[in-house]
Amino acid sequence: MFDGIKKRVVCMWFPRFASDRVLRARPVDGPFAITLKSNNTERIYCLNETAERLGLTRGMSFADARAFCPDLISQPARPDLDARFLATLRRWATHYCPWVGRDGVDGLVLDVTGSTHLWGGEAEMLADIQSRAMRAGLTLRLGCAETRGAAWAYAHYGAGEEALTDLPVAALRLEDTTVTALQRLGLRSIGDLAEAARAPLARRFGPDLLLHLDQAMGSIPEPVMPESEPPSFATRISLPEPVGLTEDVMGLTARLLTPLCDKLNRHEMGARRLTLTLRRVDQGSQQVELRLAAPMRDPHRILPLFERGVEDVDAGFGIDQIRLEATQVEPLPVQQIGSAQTSPDQLNDLITRIGTRIGLDNVQRFLPADSHIPERSFAIAPAAFSTPDSAWSYLRPRPLHLFPPEPIAGYSAEPPVRFRWRRMSLTTGRAIGPERIAPEWWLPDEAWRSGVRDYWRIETREGRRLWLYHTPQNPGWFVQGEFA
Amino acid sequence: MGLRTMCAGMCQLCLTPIYMLDIASHRSLIAARRCSCYVPIMRVDFHTVFPLRRARVHEVYGPGSMSFAAMAAAGACLWIRESWLSDTLTPQGLLPMFDPALLLLARPKDQTDALAVAEEALKDGALPFVVLEITRPLNLREGRRLQLAAKAGGTTGLCIIPEGMGSNATDTRWRATPVFDAAEEDSTLMRWEIKRNKSGTLGAWNVRWDQKARRVHVVSPVRE
Repeated sequence: MFDGIKKRVVCMWFPRFASDRVLRARPVDGPFAITLKSNNTERIYCLNETAERLGLTRGMSFADARAFCPDLISQPARPDLDARFLATLRRWATHYCPWVGRDGVDGLVLDVTGSTHLWGGEAEMLADIQSRAMRAGLTLRLGCAETRGAAWAYAHYGAGEEALTDLPVAALRLEDTTVTALQRLGLRSIGDLAEAARAPLARRFGPDLLLHLDQAMGSIPEPVMPESEPPSFATRISLPEPVGLTEDVMGLTARLLTPLCDKLNRHEMGARRLTLTLRRVDQGSQQVELRLAAPMRDPHRILPLFERGVEDVDAGFGIDQIRLEATQVEPLPVQQIGSAQTSPDQLNDLITRIGTRIGLDNVQRFLPADSHIPERSFAIAPAAFSTPDSAWSYLRPRPLHLFPPEPIAGYSAEPPVRFRWRRMSLTTGRAIGPERIAPEWWLPDEAWRSGVRDYWRIETREGRRLWLYHTPQNPGWFVQGEFA
Repeated sequence: MGLRTMCAGMCQLCLTPIYMLDIASHRSLIAARRCSCYVPIMRVDFHTVFPLRRARVHEVYGPGSMSFAAMAAAGACLWIRESWLSDTLTPQGLLPMFDPALLLLARPKDQTDALAVAEEALKDGALPFVVLEITRPLNLREGRRLQLAAKAGGTTGLCIIPEGMGSNATDTRWRATPVFDAAEEDSTLMRWEIKRNKSGTLGAWNVRWDQKARRVHVVSPVRE
C-alpha cells in the first residue's frame, strides 16, 4: 500500500459520450439520438438532453421514439470512432496525471495521487477538468475518492457530499439482476450491504458482489492500468530564422533523420513511407512524400532519396519549421551483417545457377517420409519446388550410406561370424539386433518379395560397421548399408 | 613419439631437411633449446587442422570418408554426387551429425558437371561447405580452379576421393577408417590420419562423434 499519502482516484464518466462526439462536429438544437442495431431492432444507444427531456430513454426502440418525437434526428452508432475518441481523451487526460486508464467504453479513470497539488488542490483540478470538458462540448460527471470503485460510484450515482455508504447498491458496478435481487432483500444502500452478514451474500450472489464491495471500501486494491502509448515515429525542428536554400533544408532533414532512424532501430521497425512537412513563415505548408520499396532505416540511404522532392518545394518567404514523420512503418528485425549469414535469396540464386547447368530437378533435398522401409523413409524432392522440413524421427541408428542389397554367405538366423563382402574377409565383433521390418502390403515392391527382414547392425573387428539383414521366410543374408 | 614424425620432413627449429640431420645430436639440441628460432616442436594439434581450414579444398579417402565429410560439414552444405551412382546417402544417417534439412543434394550427370557445380557453389559462398564425390582423378588445373573458387567464396570444399586419386592442389588429405570399439556399443570410433598437409605437419588421431555436443572428440593420442 501507499505510505504517507492517501490514494486519490478520479473517475471521469461521459454520460452522453456517443451523441456528444457527433454533436461536437455538427450541433443540433432539437432532439438527437444515436441508434444501434441489436437483435434485429434499431434501439436508442445514446441521446442528448433535449431528447431525454421529451421522454425518450436509452434502450427504447427507435420506431417508438420516432412516434413520440417525430422531429428526432438520428444517426447510427460508430463504436470504432467512439473508441478512437476515447483514446484521444485518454491522451488528453494524461496532462493531469500520468496514470490514466480507460473505464468501460465511456469513461476514464485517473490515479491522481500526488499530482493534485500541481493544480492548486483537488477541487481546483476537478474544476479545471470540468470546465475544459464543457468547453469541448462534453457532458462530464466526475467522482473523486480513495478507491477506484468509490470514484466510479460517485461519478455515476453521487449527487453531492454524501458518504459512500449512502449510495445505492447499483453504484457497486453490479449486474442489474443482482441489484434487483438485493433491493428485494431490503439492501438498498452500500451501507446496508456492508453491515449485512457476508457469508450468506457470497453464497447467494457469488464472490463478485463482495469483491466489488471490498474494492469500493478499499480493503482490496484495484489498480488503474495506464495504457502504453504506441511509439510515434516523428521528429520536428523549429528554426529561429527561416531558411530557404535546398542545402539548408537537406541538412536539417539529415538532422531529423538520424534520431528518427535511431528510434526505428530501437523498435526494430523500418519506414515504408516518410513525409517531410515544411512549414513556411506564412503558415502555409508543403509536403514531400517518400515511398520506399522495402522497409528501411538507414539514414545515409534515405537522405539522398529526399533530394528530388525537396528541390521542387517552393520556400516562399522561408521555412521555419520542419517535421519528419514515418507515416507507414513495418517490422524490420535486426540482422547480422557479414558473409557468415546466408540469406534465402542468395541460396535460391545459387540453386537457380546450378539448376541451369544440371537441371533444376537435379538439385534436391531430403524430406521426411512416413515409412519404416529404409529406402522409403525419406523422399528426395527438387529443392526449388519444396520447402525444408525437419520433422525427422530417430528411433534407431540408421546407416549413412545405403546401397542395393549385396548377398553374402550365411546359413543360420544368427549373423555369420565370418563372412566375405566386397572381396574382404570380415569377422563379426559385435552384432546388435535383430530389428524386424515387415514389407508394406499396400505397396507392392519387387525388392521386398522375400518377405520380412531382420536387420542387424554388425561391427566387424576390421572396423567396418555394416547393416545386414536376414530374410527368414526366404533364407539369405544381405548387406544393405554402412554406418561409415 | 619419434623425431621423424614430429618434424615431418624438416626440423622446425632450423628448417634442415630431416635426412641431413644427425637425429641424436639434434635431439640434444632441442633439449637444450639452443636453436635461436625455438618453437616447441610437437605433433600438430588436432584443433589446428580439424575444423577444416576455411577457403580451401581438402580431400578425404578411406572407408570412413562419408562420415568424415558429414562431420566436417556439420551444418548447411551442398553434397555433389553423380546421378548414376546407385547407392544413396541417407538423411537418417546424417541426423546425429546435423539436420538433413540443411543439406542440398546436387546430382550432375558426370564429373565435368560435378566440377562446374562445385566451382560455382564454392565461389558463391551461399553455403559454407561443399562436398564433392570424385570418380576420376583431378588434374592440377581442375584442383587449382577449385582452390581458387573456395578462396574467392570463403567456403570450404571437401573432395571424397577413391584411394590414390588425390590431387596435388589439395590443402590437406585425410584418410578416415572406422575402428572396432571393443568397449562400447554403437560406437563411432574412427581413426583419422592426415596424410598430406600443405601448411603443417602430419598426424593421426582416434576420434569419435559426440552426438549431444555435435562435435568430434579426440579419444586418445595414437602411439606410433
